[in-house]
Amino acid sequence: MNILEVKNLTKQFGGLTATSNINMNVEKNSITAVIGPNGAGKTTFFNMITAVYKPTSGDILLNGKSLIGLKPHQVSHFGITRTFQNIRLFNDMTVLENVMVGMHQNLKAHWVGTLLQLPHIRKMEEAAKVDAYDILKYVGLEDYVNENAGNLAYGAQRRLEIGRAMAAKPKILLLDEPAAGMNPKETERLTNLIYDLRSKLNVTIILIEHDMKLVMKISDFIYVLDHGELIASGKPDEIRNNTRVIEAYLGKGAVAND
Amino acid sequence: MTTLSALFEKLAQSKKNQIILFVAYVVLTGAGLFLLPDSTIAFLLLLFSILILYYLNVNLRAKWITGIVILAAIVPFIASHSDSYQTYMEVGTLVGIYCAMALGLNIVVGFAGLLDLGFIAFFAVGAYSYAIFASGQASKFMPFGHYPLPGDTFWLFIIVGAIVAAIFGILLGVPVLRVRGDYLAIVTLGFGEIIRILLNNMDHPINITNGSMGIASIAPPNFFGISIGSSSQFYYIAFGIFLVVIYVVRKLENSKLGRSWKAVRDNEIAAQAMGIPLVKTKLAAFAIGASFSGMMGVIFAAKQMFVDATSFTYLESTMVLVMVILGGMGSVPGVILGAAVVIILRTQVLTNISNWLSTMSSNYGISIPPALSPEKMQLLIFGLLLIIFALYRTQGLIPHKNRKVDVELLKKESAEAARAREKATSGGAKS
Repeated sequence: MNILEVKNLTKQFGGLTATSNINMNVEKNSITAVIGPNGAGKTTFFNMITAVYKPTSGDILLNGKSLIGLKPHQVSHFGITRTFQNIRLFNDMTVLENVMVGMHQNLKAHWVGTLLQLPHIRKMEEAAKVDAYDILKYVGLEDYVNENAGNLAYGAQRRLEIGRAMAAKPKILLLDEPAAGMNPKETERLTNLIYDLRSKLNVTIILIEHDMKLVMKISDFIYVLDHGELIASGKPDEIRNNTRVIEAYLGKGAVAND
Repeated sequence: MTTLSALFEKLAQSKKNQIILFVAYVVLTGAGLFLLPDSTIAFLLLLFSILILYYLNVNLRAKWITGIVILAAIVPFIASHSDSYQTYMEVGTLVGIYCAMALGLNIVVGFAGLLDLGFIAFFAVGAYSYAIFASGQASKFMPFGHYPLPGDTFWLFIIVGAIVAAIFGILLGVPVLRVRGDYLAIVTLGFGEIIRILLNNMDHPINITNGSMGIASIAPPNFFGISIGSSSQFYYIAFGIFLVVIYVVRKLENSKLGRSWKAVRDNEIAAQAMGIPLVKTKLAAFAIGASFSGMMGVIFAAKQMFVDATSFTYLESTMVLVMVILGGMGSVPGVILGAAVVIILRTQVLTNISNWLSTMSSNYGISIPPALSPEKMQLLIFGLLLIIFALYRTQGLIPHKNRKVDVELLKKESAEAARAREKATSGGAKS
């Protein structure tokens, strides 16, 4: 069953077409990769799904329901969360607080209740802290609970972003270059984390990634974008040998000379 | 030198010594004020004990109780022997009023990261809402009811002032929150001026605010038949509301709403991606911040018994902002200290230095032109202070610190929760 369907999605910035007529079907509980050279429109594509950009035309359907016209926070409430290519943490908040903000949409605490110190709200806050701590353990950051997020090392910040997104209990998790800037060891750890996310939490994962080894290893399905157009899609093996993909990455001559 | 630092180290370690020294300090400064009742320095030294209390290594509840006892009983009692009793209490009232306002602005600027340069407008709205109805002014445009309303309604008006100011906060927020950063600052500055000019001109066609004449003979508050008119009585009202405001701020800071504010401040895009509604969260900051200001406006109007638009100039907005920046953006104790420092500098220290200089010049024939007296150079002095802070202590007097959680406790609770889950699943399997 398809959890996410993208139909003829086009985005133009003035005269520049960032993505044109992208079609995509994402199966539930799958890991889908979106790859392509820099400037291919991958992040624009993510931004349209999360309503940061409004598409010029086309439709995005989550379980058959259109997401067009929603605000970013509403998309999040529908069950789509993301991480960012250029890490966007709440730098002046603690690591634990970052994860707790991720939980907010599942916390029903009205501020009036907070002021009255209603027992169920206090209990909920306490439970949220414990849950957040569990998530931090899951992403391996339990030693940094009280640290400011901005002080973490790069790899740890990436994992915290994933932890924060997990805390929202999403149906679909969008990862924008999760392995960027990571060393092989960190990448391996991340790979296991992504596998784990899918199997334990039943999350559908869509990721943008440049690390081909990682992409080929974990993806069930791959979409390739170039100059805003979808040039290929298929299973990792099909993509590996696709001439158009090799051309896009290595230039036209590369295939002929080979 | 080494012995001295060793002594301090020893002090810091021993709770008992700290408490003994603190009590000794309070007794000493209290006795000082008792014996030298007109010495501003003695008064300030006694107040300084609150700051020492903040840094003491004792539990929070004990600190709160001690602080309240000192401010509500010891200070007024000792000061009541002085000829300047009312002056001292006037300063205390002003500190209370401005602390609450600064805490309100701190929600907007420090927590939510929205620079507001027209904050005094909400103070004005609160002040006028009491002034109009507690004087004969309301009868000039209201078709029904008897005005002025009696002083008993003052207590109700504290809430009314908060609500009216909050409504204005939302009215301002809805159009203004589309812009960010510097633009937001400029628009709020404009709003502050618009409110002031409106209040100054709303005497025609319908006379609502009495224009530049201001509203006089505002009814003093009434407390079970006692008419409240002196600063020493207003001190307790301001202090009470100040305590309420601190409670609200401290509870909100570490709640869902407080975290949402900080998330929006740190990264709007990520906050939205985590499901935080941007406009609603920012409006809540504007409304709650404004309501503190509105409450204190009501007290201000009742205390002065006269309001006009000149009390609500742009300069006042900047003063509140200076308190927040000087104290430490986002830091509750910092902002309180900032407000106290600014008010005490303005009303006590600078005037005292000015007086001292003028006696110097008359006694010793050193002539200092009146234009150069520190009182007149307030703006220069605050400007310099801000520059110094911007250069050397950007985080303010008491920098903001995130509340730390007890990791060991979390670990324990997390393990317990895991056991409970295991039990539940294995129990479910058996049945």
